[in-house]
This record gives sequence, C-alpha cells and structure tokens, in this order.
Amino acid sequence: MEFLTIIQVLDSTMRLATPLLLACLAGLYSERAGIFDIGLEGKMLAAALFSAAVAFATGNVWLGMLAGIGASLALSLIHGVASITFRGNQLISGVAINFLASGLTVLIAQDWFAQGGRTPSLSGAARFEPVTLPGALTRVRDIAEAGPVMQIYSELISGHTIVVYLSLLLVPLTWWALFRTRFGLRLRAVGENPAAVDTAGISVVRLRFAAVMICGILCGIAGAYLATALQAQFVKEMTAGRGFIALAALIFAKWRPWHALWACLLFGLLQAIAVRFQSFDIAGVTIPVQFMEALPYILTVVILAGFVGKAIPPRAGGEPYVKER
Amino acid sequence: MEKMPKWADATLVPLISLLLAALLSALVILAIGEDPVAALKLMVDGALMRSSGWGYTLYYATNFIFTGLAVSVAFHARLFNIGGEGQAMLAGLGVALCCLYIPWPHWSLALLGACLFAGLFGAAWALIPAYLQAKRGSHIVITTIMFNYIAFSVLGYMLVNVLRPARAMEPASPRFPEATNLPTFEDMFSTAAAPLFKSAPVNVSFFVALAACVFVYLLIWRTKLGYEIRHFGFSETAANYAGTSGVRITVVAMLISGALAGLMAVNTTQGEAERLILNSTEGAGFIGIAVALMGRNHPVGVLLAALLFGFLYQGGAELALWTNIPRELITVIQALVILFTGALDHMVRAPLERVFLAMRSKKEAL
Repeated sequence: MEFLTIIQVLDSTMRLATPLLLACLAGLYSERAGIFDIGLEGKMLAAALFSAAVAFATGNVWLGMLAGIGASLALSLIHGVASITFRGNQLISGVAINFLASGLTVLIAQDWFAQGGRTPSLSGAARFEPVTLPGALTRVRDIAEAGPVMQIYSELISGHTIVVYLSLLLVPLTWWALFRTRFGLRLRAVGENPAAVDTAGISVVRLRFAAVMICGILCGIAGAYLATALQAQFVKEMTAGRGFIALAALIFAKWRPWHALWACLLFGLLQAIAVRFQSFDIAGVTIPVQFMEALPYILTVVILAGFVGKAIPPRAGGEPYVKER
Repeated sequence: MEKMPKWADATLVPLISLLLAALLSALVILAIGEDPVAALKLMVDGALMRSSGWGYTLYYATNFIFTGLAVSVAFHARLFNIGGEGQAMLAGLGVALCCLYIPWPHWSLALLGACLFAGLFGAAWALIPAYLQAKRGSHIVITTIMFNYIAFSVLGYMLVNVLRPARAMEPASPRFPEATNLPTFEDMFSTAAAPLFKSAPVNVSFFVALAACVFVYLLIWRTKLGYEIRHFGFSETAANYAGTSGVRITVVAMLISGALAGLMAVNTTQGEAERLILNSTEGAGFIGIAVALMGRNHPVGVLLAALLFGFLYQGGAELALWTNIPRELITVIQALVILFTGALDHMVRAPLERVFLAMRSKKEAL
C-alpha cells in the first residue's frame, strides 16, 4: 500500500472519529453521573436536522449548530425529567428518545422542505469549511508530490473543520473537569454513591441534570458536525448507528476520557477502512466489509465479557435516586 | 394495602398513557398542517373497514405479538431484551435455510420445520448475551444492542456472498419452493362468491402467534419454571435464597424470549416475502418493547396492544398514501407510547393513585 493512501485513510479516520468522540464524551458525562443514556443516537439525529435546517435558512453554520444543540437539549430534558424527576427506567427512556427523534426528524424535514425527509444541500457559509493550517498544501497534486512529512502535515493534520480540533481539545478538558475540579469530583461521586453526595448537602438532582444537559450540548455538536461538516445536508437516519458505536467506545474506554479518544480513533479507523476498501486482504485471507462494520460491536462484547480487562460501569448507574424520608 | 385496585393498574394506566400519546400525536399532525380527525378516519377506513385492510393489520399484528411476547417474557425475569430485532433477523436466516435446503412435501410440515428453525436460531442469538449477563455480569441491554448490529452484518454477508443467486443484483435469497408457501387468509377464507382478504399478506402463522400467547400464559402463570422466572424478576436475592439458580433462569428466560422473537420470521419470511430479504424485520423487534409495555407483560394485553400497533402500522401506510403525513408518524406514536408507559410510568400513575386513595378514605369516613 502506498504511503499517501495510508495517510488518506488516517485523514478520513480523523473525520469519522469526530462525531463518535463528541457523542462518546457526551455519554461519559451522563453515565459518570449515574444516568445511562442509550439515546445518544436520537439526540445526534435531532441535532443534525435542526442544524442543517437553520444553517440552510440563515446561511450561518454557527446559528445552525446552536439550533442543533437546542434540539438535542430538548431531548436531554425529556430524558432528565423521565429518569431523574419521575425516576423512570433510563434505558426505556433512551429507547423512546431514539424513536422520537427518528420519527420526528423525517416528519419535520418533510413538512419544511418536502424533499422526502431531507434538507436541501448546504454550501458556503452554511457549512463548516476546512481550516488550512499555515504552510500546508491544499492542492491534491502538490500533496502527492510532496515529501512524507509535508504529506502528513498537509493531509492528516491540516484541512479539517474547526469542530475536529475542538473535539480533540475537549478530551483534556473533560479529563480536567472530571478529575481536577470540585464539580468533577461531585459528578463522579453522584454516579458511584448518590446518598453520600446527598449527605454532604449537595443536590443529587441538580448535579445529574447538569450532567444530562452537558451530554445534550455535546450530542448537539456531534449532530451538527454530521450534517454541516462531514456531509452537507440532513438525510433521514443519517446517524447510522453512530450513537451506539459511541456507546460501545465508551464501554471500551471504561468511562475514561483519554481512553475514549483512543477507542473512537480505533472505531473511526475501522469505518474509514470499510469506506475505502470493500474487502480487505490480510495474509491471503479476504476479510469481508461486513466484518469490518461489525468489528466495533464484537470488540465491545468481548470487553464487556471481561475476557480482556473488565469494564465496570459507575456503581449507581441506571438506578434512580430516592431521597431518604 | 394496595394503592390502586388491580383492574385500574391493568387498564387505566395504559389507557391514559395511550390517550396522552394520541393527544401529542394529534398536536404533531396539526403542526404539520393536517387534520387529525380526518387522519384518524382515514386510518380506520384503511385498516379496519375492509377485509384487505384487516389482512394487513393482522399481518403486522402477528409480528408484534411474537416480539411483544418475547420482550414480556424477558421482562418477567427483569431482563430488558432489546435484541428482538437481531434475533428475528437471524431467525429469518434459519427459516431461509430450512425452506431452501430441506425438500418439504407439504406446507404444514414446512411450517413446523420453519418454526423449529426460527426458534432455534432466535434463541441461539440470545444465548451469548444471556450467558454474558448471567456469568460475567455484562449488561444485557448493551450486549443485545451490539448483537442487533452484528446480526445485521451477518445477514448482509450471508445474503451477498452465500445465498444470493448468481448474477442477481439484489441482496436476497432465491424464492422458496412452492411447497413451503403458507396459505394466506385469502386462500383459507375467500370464496368466489365472497372474496375476502384480497391479496393481503396475513397467513396461517397468525394462529401460531395466538398459540404462542396461550403458551406464554401457561408458561408464566401455570408452570414451576414460570413461577421461578417471576420470582427471580421480583427479587433476585430471594430467588437465590429459595434455591433458584439465577444463571439458569437468566439463560432460560432469554432463550425463550429469543425463540419467540425469532418466530416472527416465519410470518415475514416464509409467509409474506417467500424469500429472505435484508430488511425483513422492519423494526418489529423494537415495536415489541412498546407492545410489551402497553400490554403490561400479560399475553392478553400483548395481543390487544399488538392489534393496536398493527392497526397503526396499516393506518400509517394509508396516511402516507393519501396525505402528506409520512409513515414515520407511527414511529413517533410508538416512541410516545414507550415514553409514557415505560419511562414516565410514575408520572401517569401517581395522580391516579392519589385519586383512588382519596376515594377510599372518603368511603371509610362514611
């Protein structure tokens, strides 16, 4: 395989890993606070529609992203009310949110644009444009003729949208917020032992709502990235299971930010390979593309089975907190 | 003392949830500029006022009975089987192998064989998540979700690389032999004088679904195993103390659940398509969740909820045909039903409980 081909695959890995990483960090905040969230997929989908629609209407991608975050937050609020206020089953609430988003996005897109459940194509300022870092080459021919270091710099490091760099920055930020701030300590505590947090006079409900809302914001960015950066419109079911791959990455990373980055890059790489090569030969054995698609899920099941390290979720995860009376 | 009489818990709570879901759906229809009353009328006309409409309603209901029962059996053991979709997909593969490679002399034998294969394949796909939950403590919800996606890849591989006839473009198996084709209601009940169920897909597997309801009722409330499943679901520690093996109950409940979900493949694959296609489940595995929640995990409730969703499905298709309301409206209704009957159960229940408590204290005061 050519060197440039490898660089190109890694380049698309970066782009495909970004929505996974954003959704994965979103899930990290929520689940560390003890609220399981299998509705990541639905929130991303809703955000994708609203960001594309508003970006199309206003011609401003940032307004679009804001609308996407708003839509995602609305669904987060439903999840919070159902699972924190009314102490409902968090998993069932997540399932409901996924279906709600899946149905409503098509209904709304059809009503607004009448194009079979999609938005018109976005262009210009309605999309996130690639950022060219100083000194980087942009023309394909120049890159092909450049040396390996320049190829890495121009193809792999430069030329992504701002959201890609932002999501990479979020990894150390999340680590710092969770493990070096008072808020982070309380957030983790509320996911492990909410009664202790309550005893210390801190509101469990408020903390958990905060975590769920942060989750909503990040899912909103992830969805906006899908519709306005990775692609240039909203298409129905465009998340295509990314919310669940992000969930898989979260378990794979055992609920830790830096590991989440590696897991998302790995799963992004698998997607990039599956996109580029329809079948893949390793030592004379042909690996079908379906296997590449299924690999993130298979790896997660293996990790969950505890044969390769054990994934232990936050102790109070999924349990509604009932204050002592 | 119970806060609410049993009948109220079984009927009022799901009905109020349904009303809330219907109300919100009506608002959604209004918001997209259509008339909810006209929409409902159109749905009723299309799904219930003609025998062919009933033929589709019952066909969809057959799927939902199977998947609803699957989810409810697992719920009784307090396991959330969200993998009905994947189990049904794999079961479709089993049905296809059974129909394609075994020379059946008559449809009745083929039906028995297909049920066996569907059940076995569906149960097998539930086995690994069940084992991992029981022995390794992996969360069954996550593993069954993962297995849904793995099932989709397995099915895609089998259809593209193994079952697809040479030179065919579409990823689908060849047609099943004539002898395996199940009689439809049209074949059974239609006469030249009175044509019924014209070209509707409902077929003999509807009766298999009814039998499955009876089977689940007997299993859960009339056998030792069913008692153990409910006991385990009610309190794991108490069941263990009473000598019930948690591992055994988890695995057995999930196997039964997987087999039930798998049986829907007989209806879709052998009964309707008469070949295996990529998207034969059409989300019925997930609708099972809504059906089980609405039906309060009781076979009678599941049957009624499945009929309701069959009606919604067929009615939704009519709406998409005659109005600007897309089929996805049904997904929204389904989501609202899951939300109100599942996640917001306390919100619906608490005011009702208060009403019943107030009524009782009034009676006692007299």
